[in-house]
Amino acid sequence: MTSVRDHIGLAAEMVDPVPGASSPHLPQQPDLVQLLTPEGERVEHPEYALDITDDELRALYRDLELVRRWDVEATALQRQGELGIWASLLGQEAAQVGAGRALQTGDMAFPTYREHGVAWTRGVDPLKVMGLFRGVDNGAWDPAEVGFNLYTIVIGAQCLHATGYAMGVQRDGAESAVLAFLGDGATSQGEVNEAMIFAASFAAPVVFFCQNNQYAISVPLERQSRVPLFQRAAGFGFPGVRVDGNDVLAVLAVTRAALQAAREGQGPTFIEAFTYRMGAHTTSDDPTRYRLASELEEWKLRDPIARLKAYLSRSGIADHAFFEGIEAEADQLAARIRQGTVEMPDPEPSEMFDHVYAEQTPHLAAQKAEFEAYHASFEGGER
Amino acid sequence: MNGQTLTIGKALNLGLRRAMEDDATVVLMGEDIGKLGGVFRITDGLQKDFGEDRVVDTPLAEAGILGTAVGLAMRGYRPVCEIQFDGFVFPAYNQIVTQVAKIHARSKGKVAMPIVIRIPMGGGIGAVEHHSESPEAYFAHTAGLKVVAVSNPVDAYWGIQQAIAHPDPIVFLEPKRRYWEKAEVDTAATPDPLFRSRVVRGGDDVTVLAYGPMVKTALQAAEAAAEEGRSLEVVDLRTVSPLDLEPVYDSVRRTGRCVVVHEAPTTLGLGAEIAARVTEACFHSLEAPVLRVGGYDTPYPPSKLEEEYLPDLDRVLDAVDRSMGF
Repeated sequence: MTSVRDHIGLAAEMVDPVPGASSPHLPQQPDLVQLLTPEGERVEHPEYALDITDDELRALYRDLELVRRWDVEATALQRQGELGIWASLLGQEAAQVGAGRALQTGDMAFPTYREHGVAWTRGVDPLKVMGLFRGVDNGAWDPAEVGFNLYTIVIGAQCLHATGYAMGVQRDGAESAVLAFLGDGATSQGEVNEAMIFAASFAAPVVFFCQNNQYAISVPLERQSRVPLFQRAAGFGFPGVRVDGNDVLAVLAVTRAALQAAREGQGPTFIEAFTYRMGAHTTSDDPTRYRLASELEEWKLRDPIARLKAYLSRSGIADHAFFEGIEAEADQLAARIRQGTVEMPDPEPSEMFDHVYAEQTPHLAAQKAEFEAYHASFEGGER
Repeated sequence: MNGQTLTIGKALNLGLRRAMEDDATVVLMGEDIGKLGGVFRITDGLQKDFGEDRVVDTPLAEAGILGTAVGLAMRGYRPVCEIQFDGFVFPAYNQIVTQVAKIHARSKGKVAMPIVIRIPMGGGIGAVEHHSESPEAYFAHTAGLKVVAVSNPVDAYWGIQQAIAHPDPIVFLEPKRRYWEKAEVDTAATPDPLFRSRVVRGGDDVTVLAYGPMVKTALQAAEAAAEEGRSLEVVDLRTVSPLDLEPVYDSVRRTGRCVVVHEAPTTLGLGAEIAARVTEACFHSLEAPVLRVGGYDTPYPPSKLEEEYLPDLDRVLDAVDRSMGF
């Protein structure tokens, strides 16, 4: 008689091995789309060609560097008490920049709370994102204006919003696509599965972009899924593809193709961007409690920025002066973010009453007036 | 005058039809609302006339309905979601509370959520578990939502149209067991505004408050009380959030007594909030504490016991007696 433990052991053998887990070099796997190896060697993929100019390559590098610099500055600001918390994207820059740059004007993205790199590509002012993590507001950029929804903190909830938005795009007869971001942990949420069912049933122009960074805070992927995540798509009836999430070129190519298919009425695609959260879940987290330092060291060898830099240098597309220029620009950006964050004023206390409803209720208006009168009663005196 | 005699169900159907004619962005979503016309036939014939893109038979997933409605609203549509039965709203509760209710505030007013969530509410139809509940307090407790509970065909016809045209998300509660109650509806009239309570029967001794299916019960109690020489003033609250209590305060200042009736469990139900507010506003006029008549603090019982659970004419009159006895 076999025990439950035996069954679990059997199932564990079915679990997808981390590509390259035993080696610092990502092996070429038939199911992993890669256009740039960790060593910075440009390779071709039979299904995903990438037509890209040198200017565009340099622009991608700039995105990656600036986004990382922003992230590093934000972590530092949190440590200095200027932010309440920060959700670092360290290690996921290529996945986010590649996906973000695949979007066109008129497309709409639905982020989680870690898509700072996508926010950057959509032209959201980093200070708006900083405002959220400082506790000044909830972001408050205009989603329609930038094609980038507000951060959604409840895990997976935005996948349904993206799908519904895509159903609206269909009804408008527009040629736009929608990009829904989620993480590996979110794939366990019922709402994410419902989103994929709705998207498939209505052939909605939405692409599910899953950054598999291997951990849902502390819980490894094995607890979320017994099959490789991209294979789940088959069960919903649309294509799934796994891309090297640390390869900005492959991510760009795969996401572009999926968005274009969506625009052309071919329905959804599930993209699993295979990557690694090199930092903590947030500044409140301590990853040394649940993962080995050696694992991080292995992934550092697959750093998304280093490989592009190696490629650009070796191929002569960018020279030393270019990299120096980007570094200087990154320093300026960091300084602007630092100053803007530190000087960010607190909101007016009574603001919290103002946008609860589009049409204010008499009750809430009265409560606001009471609140203001209460505050006014202390003016000039001790509170 | 364009009068016709309509049931609440038919009034809702006509109201939905008119809203869809008036505004091409109105999209109905729900389970079995297309060919079948909904399990209560509220959407009967609408898919045939407006097509499958505007009357959407969704997959069987309530969170999916509400979550995709959020996305449609962001894209400029006005989704009207049907939840098949009150007890089935809870899979969608996350989307309603964490998203629908908060997106306007989250975006500092940049993103509106004109979503109507239609829910047949309450018991009295001899149904199995989860088909007879009164979940209004959960939604009234949630900032960002508005909650309407209609009691009659006139309010059903106009209320559904007003709710759809309103810029905020509205939980629209329909009195399930009263779907077949009839009244004359003048479809050319100027309707009363949403979010206003209404005195539906004048009286001097006790103010009785109700909404949705309990309005009829309260009126029956008033009729019976009149035979015993007691004069009850009945107020149809019509809206559960925001509460419109000024007319109630005026009434209680005259009668000095107040009884609140609802099907939902009494503890922390709407009656508790109303009692607190009436006490605060009318303290010096009250001759008796505000009394509550509601469901018991049990799960909704099997249907053979529901007549015991639900407030009825006698329990309202008993509360009136106790109020008068102070």
